[in-house]
Amino acid sequence: MKLTCDEATTICDKSQYNEASFLEKIKLQLHILLCKKCGNYSKQNGIMSKCYEKKRAYDSDKKKCLCKEDKKAMENNLKENYNTTK
Amino acid sequence: MLTKKNILNPKNWISSHADYLYNYTITRVNNHDLAKDLVQETFLAGLKAMENFQGKSSERTWLISILKRKIIDYYRKINSAKGKAEVRMNFYTDGENEGDWIEERAPSDWSSEIDKSIENDELSIVLDKCIDHLPEKYAMVFRMKTIQQFETEDICKELEITSSNLWVIIHRARTQLRKCMEENWFKK
Repeated sequence: MKLTCDEATTICDKSQYNEASFLEKIKLQLHILLCKKCGNYSKQNGIMSKCYEKKRAYDSDKKKCLCKEDKKAMENNLKENYNTTK
Repeated sequence: MLTKKNILNPKNWISSHADYLYNYTITRVNNHDLAKDLVQETFLAGLKAMENFQGKSSERTWLISILKRKIIDYYRKINSAKGKAEVRMNFYTDGENEGDWIEERAPSDWSSEIDKSIENDELSIVLDKCIDHLPEKYAMVFRMKTIQQFETEDICKELEITSSNLWVIIHRARTQLRKCMEENWFKK
């Protein structure tokens, strides 16, 4: 029943994605009652999730694609190989 | 029964599929040159394997299935690569303290002006640096799960890992990132 800090923080990480089970969450809460470090971790983990969410929004604004030169180079490479395999 | 048989047309591969394959790859490996190379390799492998194409799936689906193999191969490679960016241990792994926080890795208190500092755009840049400091495989799984928000099951299937394996990786990535952000951003 008793968790180590390593196990408790693993559950805490899981719960950031809503993937911790009910029992796990209870165990985590019990652990946090007695462990200040993990209590701190748990609080900060929520803040970290907010940071990741910010970053996610920031990243999705940037559009990523191949530029013309990249495609041209691929095209040439493909052609060369196409001719040799034929 | 009449079914339309799909055919392959390598002459149009770049114009029809390059961007799609590139986007598929970049969300997983997050490095332009590497993603470009993987796409290129996929096209070349496709050329070589053309006679194996049975026309049951679309051209794009077929190319994606080749690309998926390339990505798994890449993941295996970084997974077995030793040395270099070792993940820092945050907990004792043996002895009577097994599973306890290693003192200097344990969370310390953060500045009280957290909300303001989260709104700062520079945060993303610092966070990116922290993610880049992770061993590559941790960064890859972490990004897929947290930034791309793929389902656990899908990541496991794609990279051929178990879910407990995935959580160990996410846990190590997150404890390491917390520490990195504590040192570089949230320090009191």
